[in-house]
Amino acid sequence: MQIFPCPFCGPRDEREFHFAGELGKTRPDTRDGVSDADWARYLHEQRNEKGHVREVWMHMPCSELFVLERDSVSMAVIGSSPLRGAAE
Amino acid sequence: MSAHRVAGRGRIDADAPLNFSFDGRAFQGRRGDTIASALLANGVRVMGRSFKYHRPRGPWGAWVDDPNAIMNVALNGVELPNCPATTTYLEEGMAARSVNAFPSARFDLKGGLDLFHRWLGAGFYYKTFMWPDWHLFEPMIRRMAGLGAVSDAVLEGYVADQLHDRCEVLVVGGGAAGLVAARSAAEAGQDVCLVEDHAECGGGVWQRAEIEGTAPADWVAAQVAAIVAAGGRVLTRATAFGVFDHRMVGIVENRAFGQAPRLRRMRAGRIVLASGALDRPVTFANNDRPGVMSVDGAGEMLARYGVLVGRRIAVVANNSAARAVLPALVQAGAEVVEVDPAAGPIRVLGAKRIRGLDQGGRRVEADTVLASGGLTPLVHLWRHAGGKLDWCDARQAFIPGRAPEGMVAVGAAAGAFDLESALEEARGVARGGAVEASVSHYHLTPLWPAPGAKGRQWIDFQHDVTLKDVELAARENYVSVEHLKRYTTLGMASDQGKTANMAGLAAMAAIQGRPIPEVGTTTFRPPFVPIPIETYHGAHRGQLWHPLKRLALEEAHRAAGAALGEYGGWLRPGWYGQGDVAQIIAEEVRMARGTAGIFDASPLGKIEVMGPDAEAFVDFVYYNTIRTLKPGHIRYGFLLSEGGAVMDDGVIARVDQDRFVISCSSSHVDGVRTHLEAWRQDGNDPDRIFIHDTTQHWATVTMTGPKAREIVGALGLEVDLSAEAFPHMRLREVVWQGGPLRIARVSFTGDVSFELSIRASRAEELWQALIAAGAPLGAGPLGLEALSIMRAEKGYLIIGKDTDGETMPHDLGFGIPRQKKTVAFIGDRSLHNAKANSTARKQLVGLRVAEGAVMLPTGAHVVEAGTQRSLGYVTSSYDSPTLDRPIALALIEDGVAQMGREVTIWHLGETRRATICGPCAFDPEGERLHA
Amino acid sequence: MTKTYSAFNLLREGLRANKGWGRAWRTPEPKPSYDVVIIGGGGHGLATAYYLAKNHGLRNVAVLEKGWLGGGNTGRNTTVIRSNYFYPESAALYDLSVKLYEGLSKDLNYNVMFSQRGMIVTAHSEPEMEMAARQVNAMRLNGVDAELLDAAEVRRLEPALSFRADMRHPIHGGVLQKRAGTGRHDAVAWGYARAADAAGVDIIQNCEVLDLILEAGRCVGVNTTRGEIRAGVVGAAVAGHSSVLAGMVGVGLPITSYALQAFVSEPLKPVLNRVVLCPPYGTYVSQSDKGGLVIGGGLDRVPSYGQRGNMPMQEEVLSGLSEMMPMLNKVKLLRHWAGIVDVTPDSSPILGPSGVEGLFLNCGWGTGGFKAIPAGGYLFAHLLAEGTHHEISRPFDLSRFDTGYLVDEGAASGIAH
Repeated sequence: MQIFPCPFCGPRDEREFHFAGELGKTRPDTRDGVSDADWARYLHEQRNEKGHVREVWMHMPCSELFVLERDSVSMAVIGSSPLRGAAE
Repeated sequence: MSAHRVAGRGRIDADAPLNFSFDGRAFQGRRGDTIASALLANGVRVMGRSFKYHRPRGPWGAWVDDPNAIMNVALNGVELPNCPATTTYLEEGMAARSVNAFPSARFDLKGGLDLFHRWLGAGFYYKTFMWPDWHLFEPMIRRMAGLGAVSDAVLEGYVADQLHDRCEVLVVGGGAAGLVAARSAAEAGQDVCLVEDHAECGGGVWQRAEIEGTAPADWVAAQVAAIVAAGGRVLTRATAFGVFDHRMVGIVENRAFGQAPRLRRMRAGRIVLASGALDRPVTFANNDRPGVMSVDGAGEMLARYGVLVGRRIAVVANNSAARAVLPALVQAGAEVVEVDPAAGPIRVLGAKRIRGLDQGGRRVEADTVLASGGLTPLVHLWRHAGGKLDWCDARQAFIPGRAPEGMVAVGAAAGAFDLESALEEARGVARGGAVEASVSHYHLTPLWPAPGAKGRQWIDFQHDVTLKDVELAARENYVSVEHLKRYTTLGMASDQGKTANMAGLAAMAAIQGRPIPEVGTTTFRPPFVPIPIETYHGAHRGQLWHPLKRLALEEAHRAAGAALGEYGGWLRPGWYGQGDVAQIIAEEVRMARGTAGIFDASPLGKIEVMGPDAEAFVDFVYYNTIRTLKPGHIRYGFLLSEGGAVMDDGVIARVDQDRFVISCSSSHVDGVRTHLEAWRQDGNDPDRIFIHDTTQHWATVTMTGPKAREIVGALGLEVDLSAEAFPHMRLREVVWQGGPLRIARVSFTGDVSFELSIRASRAEELWQALIAAGAPLGAGPLGLEALSIMRAEKGYLIIGKDTDGETMPHDLGFGIPRQKKTVAFIGDRSLHNAKANSTARKQLVGLRVAEGAVMLPTGAHVVEAGTQRSLGYVTSSYDSPTLDRPIALALIEDGVAQMGREVTIWHLGETRRATICGPCAFDPEGERLHA
Repeated sequence: MTKTYSAFNLLREGLRANKGWGRAWRTPEPKPSYDVVIIGGGGHGLATAYYLAKNHGLRNVAVLEKGWLGGGNTGRNTTVIRSNYFYPESAALYDLSVKLYEGLSKDLNYNVMFSQRGMIVTAHSEPEMEMAARQVNAMRLNGVDAELLDAAEVRRLEPALSFRADMRHPIHGGVLQKRAGTGRHDAVAWGYARAADAAGVDIIQNCEVLDLILEAGRCVGVNTTRGEIRAGVVGAAVAGHSSVLAGMVGVGLPITSYALQAFVSEPLKPVLNRVVLCPPYGTYVSQSDKGGLVIGGGLDRVPSYGQRGNMPMQEEVLSGLSEMMPMLNKVKLLRHWAGIVDVTPDSSPILGPSGVEGLFLNCGWGTGGFKAIPAGGYLFAHLLAEGTHHEISRPFDLSRFDTGYLVDEGAASGIAH
């Protein structure tokens, strides 16, 4: 059982969290002629890094999205911060 | 007292006899005995049979390192399979039975299998049983395999208690090192918890005459008392079985026989591993005979249970720790002869009863053989946590190397095999000092399997893996340590390699001429010892497996005779009354169509979206255009995934300029709320949009049918309910009995309907008022089954039933926003990829059967004539009480273009015909809806 | 040296202390170049090598494995083999696999113990029974065997299941595929390895690929811990590490890695006949020939490359088993472990060109790669030898994510695996 630090509620059990996706995905402007390939990249492509990752998670009890930095091999948590104002 | 018991020794209660039986024979043991010690005290050595060859076996070790004495044990009507006799404490009345042996471990009819061992070596089954077919042989092999049988009794009270816990320092193991580490840490002010898997702490201390100048019992008691006095906790019969991420330690606490263990999920700030070390078997011919035991096991049997395992003992050992055990055996009355393993190959003489040893023609008379190939630290938890192991030449063992974060090993687990250095280190470590592993007094002569040696030399006792099997694996190039394990099954027995692994990999190293550390170890996996599946189960059972959501009106429904059932995670009325269910449901439909039905729609989502950007937000999350919706108006629409598939449908009401209520499907509320929240916070200004799920705050009662207006009118609301003043798809907020009431004119039946939402606490008042107003007109409660039929008559769909994960809105007849909507919305781009544009998409249509034909089965497919290729399937099908004929909805490839075409319906090999029609079979012009 | 496996040879070798058995495969030094280099010595990589030799006459082939053969998901799965799929594309793929499995022991002269004991997926409500009917019809129309069972039939076949009236999710019936079953996972890897080696394929263990060599935009070989190896064409079958490998040449994949756990109990006398999956309990189970219950369930919650699992999913899966078969809650668990699986958006595999010339991908099998080994190898060999798709692998091309032609069984099955 892992412990994730919600920036708003503090350290909580992993079961309270929902993985929302990798950090850094920007929705293309769909009124602007997005190609099939670009749309597919946005929809499906994952960096899926081995090691240091930056992800967006939701803490279900408070419904806040936040950025979680962790190691996808050792499972060490490096830190977390609110999504608002996050880089990228 | 039997001849094998030594008066005054052991931690058993000599005055507390316990009666038990083994393989049908009655015996007596003492309180404090394990089944194994009690049997040894009675002179019983053959306690089981090996897995493959059915060789007679007695215990090798005295605790978790015994793979041989496995029994089904029954007590008070509870039978537990595969109990290790060495770790099962004896209780009065236990009936133990050896597993994998018939009729008994002593006389096993399958014992003759051993004669065929030369054809049953490692992996023999990979080379045969292929012709004519594996299935011919498999049933016989299945029956032969397996250990104990599991009884089909469901043990009602066998429920694991589970709890969460935390501590600053968790000490695993209550031997000398663990006790002093725990005491030092506790006295330094830390919150300490020590877990010990025996019934009492002490570990190897019990084998000593004294410790630090004190008797073992006094010393152990003093340590435990000091730990407790300093605020620490000591848990006995508790095994730390695994270390998981973020230092979560699984601890299983054993209770009396027949009671399920307790699971303690311990979050430890720091873990001190003091799990000790095990004696390794020595590989010589017939080293599996009952009566060949580990030196440490004999020492434990004497020290803990007062059992002297033999009178004439031959000892085959290579290390100082083993030699230290011998004086106690001599003192207890045994005659002990040491045999130097280096002096020549050893062979055990005798079968069920040992007669002695043969070494190069020299015979040593003995009734018991004790062996010790050196100590192996128990590093399982260290490896679970990701700690490294280093090979130590001096100890000939893998010992803890680079530590995982927050973990340290002390005592024998760290390779400190002599007490003085173990205690010193443990005290230092607990205070945060460094580990200075020393080997000061422990010394050994390397002793590993010798390839090419004669005779059958066991590596894995339970699984009957011999040195020859390792040699065969090497010959066939299964040389990686994992291949060795998997090909020979070495290390896969109940003890998970605690006895077999070191000898196995050393044998492979010797065969290949490689150093042992280069061969490496297999992965250590939890659990450290086998634990009942129930441990993980606990209260997560029965109705609590997935608790149902309950309606505010549940009591009212029960009073009305509702048949309650699960619908989308809610307990809801399926219908009302008892009798012919189909008839009741049809009557409810006819009632609602004829007068009116009163329906509890409370689980319908009521998610409020508010704020200055709410309009733009709902316009973005909806497929349909919402910005043009006027306050007080309602629109039907779809929520899509970014992949363009319909995620949910429902109506959205604009309460005022900056406030919307999204009414999603009952079973999708949580998912929709999360979906909306994610989009609100990612890509929008979350300060300008607020989302609040009020689903359970409001109860909703729907009045539907031609008399609905009249009945709602009886509530005396200050609102004009006429079709002109309050048309279809409008919302009104009024006050009723001093509280807010929200009225929506929406319909899931095709008849005039009023959805009345009120505070959940006042639902009963509203329900009773509507029932009272409706009764004189013949209106009454309407269950969900009837509603499902009514909505299908109208061609209204249910997401997930009449759609699948690929359905897009234009497959459902809602193609306009896809073509016309000018602002971006979720899923928009996906509606224009190749598949979205395909003409072969499955579209929602109706199906009509010939006059007098019975209804189509839901789940039947529509197939292409000739090829029988599936073109789609029936998603909903009912006998319509309103139309007095069967109706059906279906998803069919390019179905809309084929209106009026007759198609073939295929169900479980039978075919029928049906005609494609529009999905709406009832009031297609909508006259009743708008009435 | 005895090469052929047979009862007769087993008998003969037994009489001479099994001294005559030869190596199952050689331990060759890598050559400087091969016609085909396959990265990954798991089931899919080894099967690919075997079918390259057998079906396409290509023998100048190397399989590079960073650890030991079958050490990834091939040796960590719950050994279920089935083709109970809804869409024709999936059915064609997985039924090809089942058919190849049916003849595999004889084909490879290695008993992989494919035991067609059948698999039941239970249904727990009337709507689920309607979905079960839809599924059975789809399977039969796809040419795959399937039977719709009612509750009494399920009970007759698997009496260990709970049929208590107060069960949270009572069993209403189920879908039976009789041809489904289990196989011996290691034997599949070893059998393919032995047969490929006999056909001349070099199987090189302890050889990790560090980089892919690109020349003029084409993949022409690999740099490994044992030096550079050139290749006419490179195929990657590295489940669990597909993103890392593709990332070496800048190819992004629609894959997320997750840990999938599996569990085995102590050996018991026969108590369960088939593979049983109860979707609302998130758990499936079979009993191995040795007698252990082999238990699996859903993915861990947190994306991961760590080959170990955590307690939440352990508790979820094992309490699911206790609910399904409460008589088994007193059985002890012997061992649990985890593998890293490639999860794609539609839970279907990716087979085909990578977008970089000379590099082909076999990945994305998610939780169900083992059952697909023969077909995966068969189709991947076709791709590597011919450079174009076999008709059965075409729908699984990476381009489906652009066109939207996903093959998503999600709607039709409880837990995909």
